[in-house]
Order: sequence, then C-alpha cells, then structure tokens
Amino acid sequence: MTTRLATGGRLLDRGRSVSFTFNGKRLSGVEGDTLASALLANGQMLMGRSFKYHRPRGVVASGAEEPNALMNLGSGGRFEPNQRATTQELFDGLEAASQNHWPSLEFDIGAVNSHVSRFLPAGFYYKTFMAPRPAWKHVFEPFIRQSAGLGRAPKERDADVYEHAYLHVDVLVVGGGVAGLTAARAGGLSGASVLLVEQTGHWGGRAPVDGAEIDGQGAEDWIASAVTELEAMPNVRLQTRTMGAGVYDHGYALVYERLTDHLSDKTGPRHRLWKIRARHIVTATGAIERPLSFAANDLPGVMLASAVRDYVVNYGVSPGDRTVVVTNNDDAYRTALALKEAGLEVPAILDARLEATGALPEAARAAGIRVLTGRGIAKVKGRRAVEGVAICAQAGEGAVLEEIKCDAVAMSGGWSPVVHLWSHCGGKLNWDDAGAFFRPDPSRAPTGADGTAFVTVAGTANGHLLTAEAIADAHEAGKAAAKAAGHTATRKAAPKATSEVEAPMAPVWMMPQGAGAALRQKMWLDYQNDVKVSDVQLAAREGFESVEHTKRYTTLGMATDQGKLSNINGLAILAGSLNAAIPQVGTTTFRPPYTPISMGAIAGEARGELFQPLRRTPLHDWHEANGAVWEPVGAWRRPYTYRKPGEATEDAVAREITATRASLGLLDASTLGKILVKGPDAGRFLDMLYTNMMSSLAIGKCRYGLMCSENGFLMDDGVVARLSDDAFLCHTTTGGADRIHAHMEEWLQTEWWDWKVYTANLTEQYAQIAVVGPNARKVLDKLGGMDVSKETLPFMAWADGALAGHAVRVFRISFSGELSFEVAVKANEGRALWDKLLDAGAEFGATPYGTEGLHVLRAEKGFIMIGDETDGTVIPQDLGLGWAISKKKDDYIGKRAQERSHMTDPARWKLVGLETVDGTVLPDGAYAVGDGVNENGQRVTQGRVTSTYYSPTLARGIAMGLVLDGPDRMGEVIDFASLDGTGTVVKTKIVDPVFFDKAGEKQNV
Amino acid sequence: MLILTCPCCGVAADETELAPGGEAHLKRFGPGSSEDAFEGYLFLRQNPRGVHFERWRHAYGCGKWFHAARSTTTMEVFGTYSAQVTEPPPEITAKIAAAGKPTA
Amino acid sequence: MKRYSAFAIAREALRNHTGWDRAWASPEPKKRYDVIIVGAGGHGLATAYYLGKNFGITNVAVLEKGWLGGGNTGRNTTIIRSNYLQDPSAAIYEKSRSLYETLSQDLNYNIMFSPRGVIMLAQTEHEVRGYKRTAHANALQGVKTEYITPKRVKELVPIIALDGPRYPVLGGLWQARGGTARHDAVAWGYARACSAMGMDIIQRCEVTGVTRDGGKVTGVTTTRGDIGCDKLGIVVAGHSGHLADMAGFRLPIESVALQALVSEPIKPCMDVVVMANTVHGYMSQSDKGEMVIGGGADGYNNYTQRGSFHHIEETVRALIETFPMISRLKMLRQWGGIVDMTGDRSPILSKTPVDGVFINCGWGTGGFKAIPGSGWAMAELMAKGTSPLADAFSLGRFREGRFIDESVAAGVAH
Repeated sequence: MTTRLATGGRLLDRGRSVSFTFNGKRLSGVEGDTLASALLANGQMLMGRSFKYHRPRGVVASGAEEPNALMNLGSGGRFEPNQRATTQELFDGLEAASQNHWPSLEFDIGAVNSHVSRFLPAGFYYKTFMAPRPAWKHVFEPFIRQSAGLGRAPKERDADVYEHAYLHVDVLVVGGGVAGLTAARAGGLSGASVLLVEQTGHWGGRAPVDGAEIDGQGAEDWIASAVTELEAMPNVRLQTRTMGAGVYDHGYALVYERLTDHLSDKTGPRHRLWKIRARHIVTATGAIERPLSFAANDLPGVMLASAVRDYVVNYGVSPGDRTVVVTNNDDAYRTALALKEAGLEVPAILDARLEATGALPEAARAAGIRVLTGRGIAKVKGRRAVEGVAICAQAGEGAVLEEIKCDAVAMSGGWSPVVHLWSHCGGKLNWDDAGAFFRPDPSRAPTGADGTAFVTVAGTANGHLLTAEAIADAHEAGKAAAKAAGHTATRKAAPKATSEVEAPMAPVWMMPQGAGAALRQKMWLDYQNDVKVSDVQLAAREGFESVEHTKRYTTLGMATDQGKLSNINGLAILAGSLNAAIPQVGTTTFRPPYTPISMGAIAGEARGELFQPLRRTPLHDWHEANGAVWEPVGAWRRPYTYRKPGEATEDAVAREITATRASLGLLDASTLGKILVKGPDAGRFLDMLYTNMMSSLAIGKCRYGLMCSENGFLMDDGVVARLSDDAFLCHTTTGGADRIHAHMEEWLQTEWWDWKVYTANLTEQYAQIAVVGPNARKVLDKLGGMDVSKETLPFMAWADGALAGHAVRVFRISFSGELSFEVAVKANEGRALWDKLLDAGAEFGATPYGTEGLHVLRAEKGFIMIGDETDGTVIPQDLGLGWAISKKKDDYIGKRAQERSHMTDPARWKLVGLETVDGTVLPDGAYAVGDGVNENGQRVTQGRVTSTYYSPTLARGIAMGLVLDGPDRMGEVIDFASLDGTGTVVKTKIVDPVFFDKAGEKQNV
Repeated sequence: MLILTCPCCGVAADETELAPGGEAHLKRFGPGSSEDAFEGYLFLRQNPRGVHFERWRHAYGCGKWFHAARSTTTMEVFGTYSAQVTEPPPEITAKIAAAGKPTA
Repeated sequence: MKRYSAFAIAREALRNHTGWDRAWASPEPKKRYDVIIVGAGGHGLATAYYLGKNFGITNVAVLEKGWLGGGNTGRNTTIIRSNYLQDPSAAIYEKSRSLYETLSQDLNYNIMFSPRGVIMLAQTEHEVRGYKRTAHANALQGVKTEYITPKRVKELVPIIALDGPRYPVLGGLWQARGGTARHDAVAWGYARACSAMGMDIIQRCEVTGVTRDGGKVTGVTTTRGDIGCDKLGIVVAGHSGHLADMAGFRLPIESVALQALVSEPIKPCMDVVVMANTVHGYMSQSDKGEMVIGGGADGYNNYTQRGSFHHIEETVRALIETFPMISRLKMLRQWGGIVDMTGDRSPILSKTPVDGVFINCGWGTGGFKAIPGSGWAMAELMAKGTSPLADAFSLGRFREGRFIDESVAAGVAH
C-alpha cells in the first residue's frame, strides 16, 4: 500500500492541504503534490487501464514519460482527457477521473481481452475480421473503436483562452536542470540574450534528488544560487512550466507555457505558445530511465527506480513497505538508499551484472541491504498489485531460485538521453555502446540558413550521465552557443561538480536472458499500447524488419508517450531477433511536439470573431441595420439581399430586381477592385494584361476587358477607364482585386521590369455606389452638381464632378442592362452619399439590392460572371467573347496557351442561353446528357449549367450554360439530368444568352 | 519556418511574410514559340534535390519580388538577390560551388 | 501463402505464434525481370499485383530504396473518396474506391476499409454551387453522392458547429461509401500478395541509373547491382523528378511538403470524415481514437519531410472553428510527407519519351485513395500500352492544354 510518509518531501508545503476528487471521491493532498503523488499518498496505486487488454495499471514514472496514469480532468468547458497525473500539479478543487474502463476502474469488462491475449498478438486484426465483408464496418470496427480511445471526448466549447507570443533570442536553452542552468549561465556571461525554459515548476531537474556537490555546495543550494545569479542578468530570461515543444528550420522553436493548469483560479490565458527565433539552441533535456523487460513488469507497483526515488524524496510518498530494486546499473542503488533512509524496507537489490563493487553498491551493502548480483526477476507475483518477485539467474531461462515478498518493484534498465529536440530538425544520432543509448552526433547536427549547426546538446542529454561531466559539457555548450550567436565566450570557469564514480552498466534487454515464450508474452515494452517482447519478436519473424515496420505493425512507441520508455527496449529486442546490431536496425523519427500540446494553444487568439479578419465596406453598418443577409465574398461580407421583416429571401431578391428594372436600384459596389496603373508604359502593359486593346482607349472612356492567365484561362474581367494619357483605372471582380494586383506586380517586377509602370490598389480608398434603373439619371440630377446627361456623359464614358457636394467620379457603365451610373466617392464620404441617394430616391422607390439581385440582373442580360461561367478551365473563346480579343496584338498573357490543340478544338463546349420547356428553374450544376456511355462506363455529357435563376422580370427560369456546338444549335431541345435518381430529365431549349432587352436600348438612354 | 532576407527592403523576413513563387529564371515563350519551348516554360521544372533558384514575394512587407538560392534538402540559403536578373549573380554561384553543391 | 483467418490465429496461439511465415520474402535480385517497378509504396505494389493478377505477368521485381510502404503510403490521412468532378478523375478514383470495398478479401489481409462516409462542407455560395455541380456530375459518372442540408450534416457529425461566426455551414457533399482504411496494411497486404505470386520485393535497393539502348530501356543500375528489364515502371512519389532525370526526361512536377497531425486518442466522437475546404482542414477519427487532421500543402520546393509550423496552425485554427470541442484535445504528433504537384494538380499515368518506361506520379495530396485504381490502370497501361482509366492522365496533356482540373469545384484534392 502506498502512503504518505511522516516526514520528507522537499517540494511539499505540508502546512497547506489541498482538496481534490478522484472518480468522484473527495481526497486531500498537499501543496506541492502532483496528482500522481497525491493519489499515491492516498493509497491509490491503480490509476488507469491499458489500451488493448485493459490491464490494471499503476503509475510507472514521475514525469513527462508516464504512459499509464492518464486522467480525464475537470468538467464542462474545462474538461480535458488524457492528462498525465505525473505532470499535473495539484490544486484545490481539481477533479480527476480515470479512463478507458467500463463500468469502473476496479472492475473493467474490457479486461477480458487480457485473458484472451494470446489470441490477440501484434497485428492480429490484419489477419481476421475479413468475413463476412459488411461485418467490419457494422460489427468489428465499432467494437474495436469503442474499446480503444482512452479519454472521453470533450463536449462543450472551450471555456479558456489562449495566446501566442514571440521572442527573438541569441540562445534558447531548453531544460532547467543543472546542465541547463549552467549552459544559460555560460551564455549569459558571454553577453548573449538567453531564454531558459523548464517544463516543470521547479529548477534543478534530478540533481536535488540524485545528490551532487557543485562548487562545494549541495545541489539544492547551488541551484538556488544559480537561479539568483541568472535572474540578476538583464540578458537572461527564465521561465518555468514552459516546455520546448519543437525545433524547426532556421532556428524556429515552439515553446509551450502552461499558465493556469496548476491553479484553482483559471483567469487569464490558459496556455501561451511562444514562437522563438533563436540564433542557437541548447537542449539540456536530460535523460529518461528505461524499464526492464521481465514477466509481469506491468503490474501496479512496478515503477522506474528514479520515479520511486522522486516520490520518496520530492513528495514524501512511500511506494510500498517493501520494495525490491532490480537494475543493470549503479544509479538504481540511490533508490534503495533513499528508501532505506526514509525508513522503508528494501528486501533485496537484484543486479543483473555479475559484480557490483562501486561506491553506491558498497554504500547499499553498508546500509544492510542484501545485494544479489547476476540475478534478475523471473516474474512479478500478484494479480492486480505486486505481491512478490520470483528471482532467477539473469543468464538462465528463468528457473526460480527464490521468492521474495514485496509490494513494490523499482526497476532500472539504464538511461536514454532525451534527443527529441535535436532530432526534430534533422540532427543525427550515434549508438553509444558503453551507455547502451543513442546520443547526438555533433558532426551531423541540424543546420540552419547559413549551413552551420544551430542546435547543441548539453549535459545528460548529450550522454554525460555523471553530474560532473554534464556540467562541464553544459558550460562549453553555453559558450559555444553564445559564440555561434556572435558573442565572445566568457572566460569564467565552469562550475565544478563531484559525484560518485559509477561502474559501467550492462545492457539487459530481456530478463532473464534466455526467457521462454511464456515469459516473453508477459514482458511489456509499451505499457499503454500493450506491446510485449513477444509481439516485437513476432513482427521480426513475419518480416517486419525495418524498425518503422515493427513500430507500425505492433504499435510500439505510438501511444501518447510516443515511446519515451519503450523505443530503445523495443529496438533492442528487434535487433536481437534479427541478429543485427542495434544501430543497424536504426531508430524511428522523432516528431514534434516533445509532449502533447493543446490545440487551443496552437490556434491562439484567432478564434470566433478573431478567426479571420473581416473586411467591411463604408456602408457595412447600414447593410447590417437594414436586414442584410450576408454572403462571404473573399474576406468581405456582401449583402446577398435585404430582407424586410417577415419576408422570404427569394421574395426579397425578386422585389429588389423588379424595383430596379422598373425604377431605381442602389448597389454597394465598393468591393469591386480598383487598381490604378500609371506611367509611360501603362498602355503597353495593359495591352499585355488584357486580351483586348487598351492602349487605344480614349481619355474619358471606359472599356470592358478580359484577363487570362498565362495558361490561357479566363481569370478576371472588369471595366477599364482611361484617366489620362498615362493613367488607367482597372476595375476587377470583388474576389480578384488583391490577386490581380499581385498578378500585375509579378509581371512588372519579374518579366517587364524595364517598363515604366506603377500600380496601386485603391480598392479601399473609394466607396462605389451603382445607381441603376430608368430613374437613375433623375436621382443624380436631384442631387445636383454635375451634368450626367446622355450627351455629356454617354454610355461607356466617365467624368469627374460633384454630387450633392461630394467630389465624385461617375462611370456610365452597366452590369444590369439598365441606365446605370457607378459613383465613386472617397471612402469616408460613402455613407453620406448613400444616405442622400436614398433620400433623393425615395420618390422613385429607391431599392438597395444585393449580390443575388446583381446576379439575376446580369444573367437576364447574358453577361458572364467570373466564377460562374468560368471555373478556371474556360477560355474567353468558349464564352462568345471573341469580340473582346484583339486580333491586332502579337501577344498578350495567355495568347500562346490558347493556340494549343485542345484550346482550339471546335468540340469545346460554348456558351448559350437555356430555357426549360416548362419554364421551371434548371437545377444548379446540372449536366446535359448525350448518347450512351464512355469507355469507363460514365454517361456521355454534352453540356452543363453555369448559372441558373428565376427571373422575376420574365417570370420564368433562365439559365446560361456551356454546350457542345451550342451556338449552332439554337432552338434545339436537349435533356438535362435531374438528381431524383429516377432518370428524369429536364427538357431544355438552347437559346440566345441575352434574355432581356436584346437590342440594349434600356442602358443606352 | 524559413527566414529570407528581402534584398529590396533589407528585412530578414519570416516565412509568414513571404509568398513562394516557384522556379526562378524561366524564360517566357509567347506566340510563335514551339510546342516544346512553351511546354517547358509553363510546366517543366528542375525540381532539384539540392540548390533551387526560386522566386519569392515579400508579400506582407515591401511587396517586392526577389530571388533566393536555397537547398531543398537542408534549407540552407546561399543568398537572396534581385528579381530583375536572368541568372544568379556570380557571388552566389561561387558560394554554392564552394559548398560543393551542383547548381544545375 | 498461408491463409489468414480467425482459425489460423487460434491455431497459432496454441503454439505461441511460432508458425507464422514471413509476410513477404526477402530475395536477392535476379539478373533480369520482365518488368521492374521502382518504388514499393502502395501504388508500386498495386501495379505489380494487378500485372500478376490481371495479366499473368509475374516475373516482376519491385525495388525499394528504403522499406516498403515507407513513403507517402505511410504518411497520409487515409481518406478514401471518389466524389471528383471531372470524368477521368471520377473514373479512376471510383474504380479505386470500389476495389477498396473488397480489397481485404482479395488480398486475404484486413486493410480495414471503413466506408463510414465523407462529407465535404460547403461554406460559401461558391462551394454550394460547386458541390451541387459535383453531385450532378457524380450521378452520371456512377459515383453515389448526394448534396445534403446543414441539418443532415449536423445529424451525421454532432460535434460540428454549423454557425461559425465566419463561415457558417451551408450544406455538404456526402459520399456515404467513402471512408478510410489502414494505410500501412494496404502496402503490406499488396506486398504479401505479390510475394505469394512469386514476385521479388527488394528493399534497401536504391536505383542509381536507368540504362537504355537506342531510346529503349534495358534495365536499371542499383546499389545492389545491375538488373535488366523489358519494361520499367517509375512509381516513386516525392522522387519522381529524380528518377525521370535518370531516365533522361523532365516532368511538370514540383515537390512540396504536406503536413498532417494527430491528437491523443479519445473515445469515439465522430463517425465520418469531414473536409472543410474553404478553411483548409479535414478531420477524421482513427480506429485507435486519434483525431487525424490534415490541411493544405506548403508552397515551396522541399524534400525534407518537414513543413512550416504556421500551416499546422492555420489548419488547427480552422478546425477549432468547425469543431470547437477539439480545442481541449492535444496534438500528439505532427509530420510531413513530400508530394509531387503537377501543373493541373492531377496525376500522371503515362508512357514516357523513353520506350518501355512508364511513369505514375503527381498524385499530389490525394494519392492514398487512388492506390488500387492507380495500380489497376498502371498495370493495364504497362501490359497493353493503353488503359481507358489512365489515358486521360498522359504526359502529353500539358502540351495540348487538356487539363484535368479539380479545383474548379471548390475542391482541394485530398
């Protein structure tokens, strides 16, 4: 039984008790506890269920590497699944619940999987569940999904907020252990700006628990003085609860700060995601202890030796009354000594090595602990908790020599440097035989923009497991980083540390070495995903020889801990199975983040209203206040229509169209692109840009133009007005303004850079209002200030002037077929002019209309709309726009492309008008069917609808479409397929696309 | 996350300020050009595993186009230079050659 | 080949699974083959499989630089759908989807095809029209899709927020028989079946050159010696340009990084695949419980299998708008793959200027779903010199201006 010790716990404030709940039960812990230590203090070793077999699981580790103790945390808008109990600091009111079991943690039906586990080896699902075929979707998959998955899905909208922050530094040091502190100090003393981040709430890492003497001080005192020294440096910034999450190209690092996860008070941002640009990065990320692979090593009560030590020393928690230590190295003896010092029993230390004569083993013997060398664990006894261990010779096959009663096992298989951040951006690793781990190869470091290394690894992470070496290494790393960032390295000496000399470890990948199949089926490599030694061996036998194959076949290392405990052990088993050396089998790729980071933090502030910026026209507020039904068009919102109270959307559209045709409509056309093109070569440039001739346009006149991509396709259209000899104003579509401006700049800067042309995107500088309808001129006359008569301002002309006191530019152009003036005014006067137009137009029933009205009005006239009649595959020639393609020009953008065989193919579909025989509206996107099927069995088609509307003017459905040989088939009735699934067709007549006022008399008055 | 120095305004620009524009130094072929030449210009690309001469626009900065010589395998940047040239400047090709990288 | 079944597992369980054979053999390369396929990804292996199955051509080697299935086959978001707009695309993707339906049984390997349904959200009027058009096209192409209302979207995906402040959901294109499959298993299943037909899958064998005699291919040089062949299929997404260069021709291709990410596993909360193209994000939930998330490709040439983080940021942002509950999930892992983008973003299955050399590449961001269909068509093309499924995807189309552009229906090709 785990319990709180009467004394000890260096991180605890024993005077302050903290109340929390676990599975609904009210428990209390102490300020300074993690959730895991508080649960252990309450005797709760069972903390979760494994993924596949639903085995009962206790906590194994004390930090980020924990695979078992994952919790559902919080509730409502603050619910979060899969939070590691070992890194969750305890706070008053914390609510935790264990995961992946039904009906309860103690009794889980899913544990039946464990009893049939021999039928569920690695990859079993690839070999079965294949018949009957529908069963996978309807039976097997739902069952598998339900039993997988760990934590519950959040249901509510996140109640917290998140933010992003940015920092440029010379040196980023990741890891606040003694190596990180030393590296930051060396960097800081060298004059570099330094950011030092530590993922936990405490500085110093393992040193205070493991014990070391630095500069003549105990570890804890040295750490305190080092932090004080760093805090006094103006060029050094320190942050706890901040994790180096990922390293990316060119010195970009992601750093994840948790601000309120450890507090009862959740005010303010929960997480802050820092985007760091560092000239150099030092990773002092320490090492992670490896489990040992012996039978039943997953029973609750089997823990990493270092974690046992942490719980005793940091949290004053006893992992059990009697703890057997099993190891292949000297470090684990520290755990035995710590337990002994806390007054707990250590019945034996089982050392797989043949001898153990170093200072630490001798100290253990001196403390009266029985040390058995050449021994290992044949099997841990117990069903749901450790009850004892069966001891065997490590060299043998598992014959039991002795059984020892105990309620906890502390295991150590050696240490693996944390090389994740080094590897994220391409740093390579070497196998270190002595330590049996991968360590960074400094000659194959991640390189930056200048081709030189930008990451240095320091201390334990660099393979220096002894404190003295780690600190010396970190000091050099800090200096090197500062130097790489352009500073002169400090000449101050490195801190000097002493630590016990340790004897070499001996790699132990399986315990005992000759374990038979029965034992191997009980040796867990990956606790969370339930991958065992036998699974990896099976994978190897079946030919999954690459480590990536084995990982994917067995799911080794793919759990939420991403293999922090299992990777090396699994790799060694694979290498053993293949009779290959470990480095030949290779290692899997490390991907960011180091530990999981919240999606909320990744999104940052950009949520809800701030998700994406919204562009508003000067008239936006008026629209909003007058029933606008919004339509997103690019980043703009445009009114689709204005609904009166109680009015249906389609009725509103019809009302707007009818009013416009009959009398007067007003349109906010401010979103139309307005690009000024100016300079001596402006005409020449526009001749290249547009398919038609623009250089011949007279000053004061307007011309409709088409723009194609270099690939020949129609990309935009609009009216060009010649402002002066060397200046043109190009109107673009709403969505096209920025794109077309960029397109112009691209050609000017990268192809015709010697042409004297300047462009400016003036879109937002002007409000533009289309005044449309038979009474358009009357309302402008009423406002007064300029002559807009037919004689002075004929169709396709423009003029500067004044209207109702506003300086305006009036374009006599029409996208509706009506008498129409587009009035441009300075943006800040747009609303005033709009209001005056509404006032003056009241007697004509002035009716604002939206984009849908605009679309119907133009369709009634057979005008094309970019995005409807065009879709990126249509050329102007398809649309009967040959008249807008100059025959006189040698070249324009897209001309050469349009000469290719498919573009000149007479069988291309061409634009026509379409009228259903019964007057109904053709369905959007419908296709006209031809005869038979093609060689792939698809129905042959001969055309499609590009725009289709109900025309209130004509009181019938009208449409435009592209049809094979369409213009030559006027009057022919063809079949459009409907979607009702019965093969019904819509009989449709091919007609002229101009449905209304074919002679164009209305616009020309 | 690249950083490229815009040769027009001198800003060391984060990738989020930049818009990529594909292979640099393409020669435009217009009307009258052969099918081969036009297809090559519009579609065929070097796509090298190594140094790529490429176009970028400082889209959320000064708005100017420029060229960069960048390795597609290491992200090393051998230099940025004006968009108004038809081949990389000699100091950049020299730097690439010195690093032992092919430039074709 | 020993058949896989529940019975076989039970039998093996009684002898501690010691009786399982290698899933595929590991032979030394022979001196020559009738056909060499370069690239043992899904597409390459499927090509070999259908050469054997449909045309009886089994003297085939599949050469792989690294480990089979280690490229984009094992790096994608496993979405399978065929709701494409253009006829040639719909034909090959629907062929592929229909082959996926029975692939587990064909290969005797459970590739876990899960026809859970795919929704493409319409979030602008433009998308509404685009997807209605696609629904019309699909009906005539024999692809079962349907344009659905927001209410139906919500029924299918209860965790969706229909009324995002920026892009409300206006409808969706629903393909009920689209879904997902276990990506690695597809490569492994084909590899096992190819091996069983006597084909040689040779891993850790990098092609270093293509040998020719008067404009006709004669074989390849590799890190494991020279190997002769009559026909050579290049099926190496991400490295196509490199191989084409060896064979002496250029491609209309640029290679860029495409990134994806997964969350930690949670209990089932989303039964269908959802794609939101306006905001560039798509998401499904794997059988393990991870939310599998993808977005748009990076814009610059890249062979590092790493992308830029701001793309991940944009994707996650978009999906939080669409699925607010994921804000409190955590990103477990992000990764990148190298995708080949062609001039029209559609693939190339084609003869090449070198006689006997065929190429299959340019699947961009959409290759996984095409594996069986692509293999089927490529095998036919290599065996007969023509294939109705492949012919529209020839290299010549760029020169002719005969593009297969799927972006027109507001779709991105994932």
